[in-house]
Amino acid sequence: MTTTTPPVAAGSQATSEQSTRASRVRKRLNTRAASLIAIIIAVVWTIPTFGLLVSSFRPENQIKTSGWWTFFRDPQFTLDNYQDVLFGQSSSSGQLAGYFVNSLVITLPAVLFPLAFAALAAYALAWINFRGRDWVYIGIFALQIVPLQMALVPLLSFFSRGVSLGGVTLMPAWNLDGAQNFAQVWFAHTCFALPFAVYLLHNFVSQLPKDLMEAARVDGATHPKIFRTIVLPLIAPALAAFGIFQFLWVWNDLLVALIFAGGSDVTAPLTVRLAELAGTRGNEWQRLTAGAFVSIVVPLIVFLSLQRYFVRGLLAGSVKG
Amino acid sequence: MNFDFADQTPKLMMLLWGLIAFAVVVGGLLMLLDAVPAFFARRREARFVAASASGAPPRRRAKPREGLFALFFLLPTVLLLMIGLVVPALRTTLLSFMDGSSQNFVGLDNYRWMFADDAIVRVLLNTLVWVTLVPLAASCMGLLYAVLVDKVRLEAVAKSLIFMPMAISFVGASIIWKFVYAFRSQEQEQIGLLNQIMVSLGGEPRQWLLDSPLNTLLLLVIMVWIQAGFAMVVLSAAIKAIPADIIEAARLDGVSPWQMFRQITLPSIRPALIVVVVTISIATLKVFDIVRTTTNGNYDTSVIANEMYNQAFRYGQNGQGSALAVFLFVLVVPIVIFQIRNIRQQRREA
Repeated sequence: MTTTTPPVAAGSQATSEQSTRASRVRKRLNTRAASLIAIIIAVVWTIPTFGLLVSSFRPENQIKTSGWWTFFRDPQFTLDNYQDVLFGQSSSSGQLAGYFVNSLVITLPAVLFPLAFAALAAYALAWINFRGRDWVYIGIFALQIVPLQMALVPLLSFFSRGVSLGGVTLMPAWNLDGAQNFAQVWFAHTCFALPFAVYLLHNFVSQLPKDLMEAARVDGATHPKIFRTIVLPLIAPALAAFGIFQFLWVWNDLLVALIFAGGSDVTAPLTVRLAELAGTRGNEWQRLTAGAFVSIVVPLIVFLSLQRYFVRGLLAGSVKG
Repeated sequence: MNFDFADQTPKLMMLLWGLIAFAVVVGGLLMLLDAVPAFFARRREARFVAASASGAPPRRRAKPREGLFALFFLLPTVLLLMIGLVVPALRTTLLSFMDGSSQNFVGLDNYRWMFADDAIVRVLLNTLVWVTLVPLAASCMGLLYAVLVDKVRLEAVAKSLIFMPMAISFVGASIIWKFVYAFRSQEQEQIGLLNQIMVSLGGEPRQWLLDSPLNTLLLLVIMVWIQAGFAMVVLSAAIKAIPADIIEAARLDGVSPWQMFRQITLPSIRPALIVVVVTISIATLKVFDIVRTTTNGNYDTSVIANEMYNQAFRYGQNGQGSALAVFLFVLVVPIVIFQIRNIRQQRREA
């Protein structure tokens, strides 16, 4: 945005000329101070991550005996930490490669399911007329305030013991083992994501032009057809925004994974393993630093490349209200 | 390299099953919705033709049943929310009045325990500290930075730097900061940045994470570090949405930058500021990962969400864990009501 400077009336008195010059000088000083503060904040915000990144490439004995800032005086570079933490054989080394796969396996369906279901629901709530529509929407919206902690204990018992009401089995126990436990995690993440997803997508879907919908209806298009051919392409940015949101949330989640994936190396994601390493071997910095970066790198790539959509989604969810 | 791909096959098979299930459920639903109404439409059409051929007065076409469509569009969401959120939340409320084994009713005992046990009262107080300081600090930081970098060169890069921690998991962030707080005894060279600064200023290195109440504040810094980026992005968008002519008019009147901030910027972004504070407050109430990864709730740093996990899933005290979860919910409600009232008020003013 270009700001036009107000035209100073030519030939005005010298005093006003002087005062504008003084204010201009003051303004420049102000901007300089402001930039300085901004730079300081930016540095403070970045240094912790930067220090960890530098450390992760230093040899073990160096990490443990000297600060990462000495790297610049005495640079020693190694990839051993990553090799060790990803593929090491001993049980203490991390073996993060397998957990990395777990994180991927958890994340993909846990993003796709809520995305599709929420898009369908958002469309119905915005463009299909039926009785009680507003109440359903308010109900789903209100569920956002239920902290997921409220659902954990019963949901776990649903999975392990099933649901029965008065002796009638409504849902059998899932009795999952090994890799099948992923299904529990997908299910939990999908449920917990839906209220926010519906809310966010509804904001977008309901703002589509009314004429467009009516024209399609007049042409004889059915709701599924309108949904597929008109709505989905138009709300693609919103889908992307929520997709990124959900991806970061699932990839970075610890609580849901701890409870529904268990601690086993078959299903537990990176975050669970890292938290474990930080707890039991809190001083093995060569593993922690490299491990932390392994877990950070995927969301960071997603985030930096798709930041635009992510920000748009954030703003849709928070500013519009 | 010791990475056996064969070990990964069951997982990848499971992923494949998940994706197939996705395609079947979503694709099937859409196809069903396409095929069934088309079938009925054809039948109706046929009946209509038959009726007009036989000379009977044409009946009025029935209106297509919208409700049925809505039902199927909403079915997966409503079903999952019922099984995954509504029923469990009700059950948790019920469990909070039962003992650890979820067998016997104990009335309000779990709630009494919560406010009588010194350790738990400490947990509640810690949560109070978190939820008052984090939103305040993160919003102030975000606002300050948003104002400072507004319209400077490289604004996008400058914002990305602050926003980046949003992409880092709480676990990753905790490790990053644990490293900053790392401690070595005085004879050794420090590896933690904070202690190095202490030493170079002539002080002694400290065990930052062991000293209460300082350790709670230091954990809280991690949350502020993560959330400030969110506050900054939202507030920056709000600042950019202030109409240019208002700013221009104020500038013509010769207001100082501070007056501009106090009298123009701050009132204009008030709604966004409220949203930011509320969102961060709710996120802070539920914070769990940071405490668990850094101190595991030891040394007087535990918070409600962490204690809830401990009680329900480590000590097998479902009743007490559930009571903590319900209390968490009770704390969230007023914050949300406040936000809803604010939104309503804005609508009325607009």
